[in-house]
Amino acid sequence: MKKKILDILKRNARMEVAEIAGLLNADPEAVAAAIHELEADNVICGYHAVVNDELADDGMVRALIEVKVSPQRDGGFDRAAMRIARFPEVINVYLVSGNYDLQLEVYGRSLQDIANFVAAKLSTIDGVLSCSTLFMLKKYKESGRLMTNEPELERIVVSP
Amino acid sequence: MSQNLNESSSRRNGRIAKHIEVMPKSGIREFFDLVTTVKDIVSLGVGEPDFVTPWTIREHAIYSLERGKTSYTSNMGLLPLRRAICDYVATDYKVEYNPVKECLVTVGVSEALDLAVRALVDPGDEVIYTAPCYVSYPAEVTMAHGIPVPLETRVENNFALDPAELEAKITPRTKLLMLNFPCNPTGATLNLEQLKAIARIAVKHDLIVITDEIYSELTYVDRAPSIASLPGMRDRTVFLHGFSKAFAMTGFRIGYACGPADIIGAMMKIHQYSMLCASIISQEAAIDALTHGRPDMLRMRESYLERRNVMVEGLNRIGLDCVVPNGAFYAFPSIRRSGLSSHEFAVELVRDQKVAVVPGTAFGDCGEGFVRCCYATSLPEIMLALERMEKFLEK
Repeated sequence: MKKKILDILKRNARMEVAEIAGLLNADPEAVAAAIHELEADNVICGYHAVVNDELADDGMVRALIEVKVSPQRDGGFDRAAMRIARFPEVINVYLVSGNYDLQLEVYGRSLQDIANFVAAKLSTIDGVLSCSTLFMLKKYKESGRLMTNEPELERIVVSP
Repeated sequence: MSQNLNESSSRRNGRIAKHIEVMPKSGIREFFDLVTTVKDIVSLGVGEPDFVTPWTIREHAIYSLERGKTSYTSNMGLLPLRRAICDYVATDYKVEYNPVKECLVTVGVSEALDLAVRALVDPGDEVIYTAPCYVSYPAEVTMAHGIPVPLETRVENNFALDPAELEAKITPRTKLLMLNFPCNPTGATLNLEQLKAIARIAVKHDLIVITDEIYSELTYVDRAPSIASLPGMRDRTVFLHGFSKAFAMTGFRIGYACGPADIIGAMMKIHQYSMLCASIISQEAAIDALTHGRPDMLRMRESYLERRNVMVEGLNRIGLDCVVPNGAFYAFPSIRRSGLSSHEFAVELVRDQKVAVVPGTAFGDCGEGFVRCCYATSLPEIMLALERMEKFLEK
């Protein structure tokens, strides 16, 4: 049941316990307990909205940063990754395969803001060898949601 | 002048073929005309998925257009598609067919049904079909000059076919049995035991079986294998299926028939003269559905199951008794408690609460006392429909 609850919450985190129970034909109390457990075990780490930044017009600047890191004895990439991840302007951090090691997503109030973060903080962290910053120009899809406003399709209201 | 008028109207009186003239219009059509006059309606009246065709399939259709695939295909359909279909049917339905001689691609399963009936029915042959049923079944038999013999399925039996009642309907003129499980409109399914009993009767009375399994992927309990896979059945069964429901491809119009070579060959003769072939773009899309569409199909099935749970619980809660449908995407609750006929109920519900359901009688006389509610619609719409139906019943 937990897997099914996760599937539903990933689609719609605001769905009420009673509704989830209805979908799964399950007891609401059991669903509430399962969600509580998922939260306590940190399987569910949080709930947040998927925002179309263009429409929200918050003036924030976003960038992807590719970081090369020299791995450390007794810790590999973890120590450097966690040092980077603790900065609040860093939204996502992934260890990836390929030409660089860490991929970050960073938010800032301006290009300068992000440039300062890279120069003053990121590049100076022990083990960071190089950074390549890619400023985001437009978002098309996030968390499985298209950022377009497509008109609703018309369906015949009664058909055999 | 008046003589001329009389002459032309008398010619008009006789000019429609008699067996078509007497065939009733689909009950859904009449109701559709009423519903389209009402604005902001919440509709549980549709008979198709609410999903757009999965992107992988649509993208492949676009790609096939880009490559200039705009020609006719073999009358039987693209061979790679027939191969993919036969592999799919062998794996998922446990019955093997030869893609060259035993598989025909049609314009929706509707055409396949039409071809099978026309290929098999001589004038006066009796064809047994379960009722309530999809609107085409008796009409197809009538068009082939056969005699449609409804076999009523009952709510007490979860709308499953009762083998004893089937046997009672068989006469020396009975040639065909048409099955549609999971069933539109009841959502009923048959289990292996029931299928075995039906197969025994078919063998005993030398019946040919047309099994329309268009909703089979949308089965929410363990699915029994096709009746075609049971002993003695492969050579007397025409297996009909298509892409419309499971892959949300209603507008692509692709169905297929698998069966013994002589029957498929006879169906192919009609198909080549009347239809030539199914659209190549749609056939290409269907290949992609079978090769890449399964994860999307499973996701959609999961979503129907969730909504079925909400719909059935809701209907029973507001006082419309509803057995749990194990397949398709329809609930078929009883409306007897309202004291209205199915037609009155549906019409009043549209007028009073702007909710569209389909009167059970659109699927045969024995659908009286029931309405069909399709849950292939968004969850908020289902909740809203249930809320409005509850208000309607309180009055």
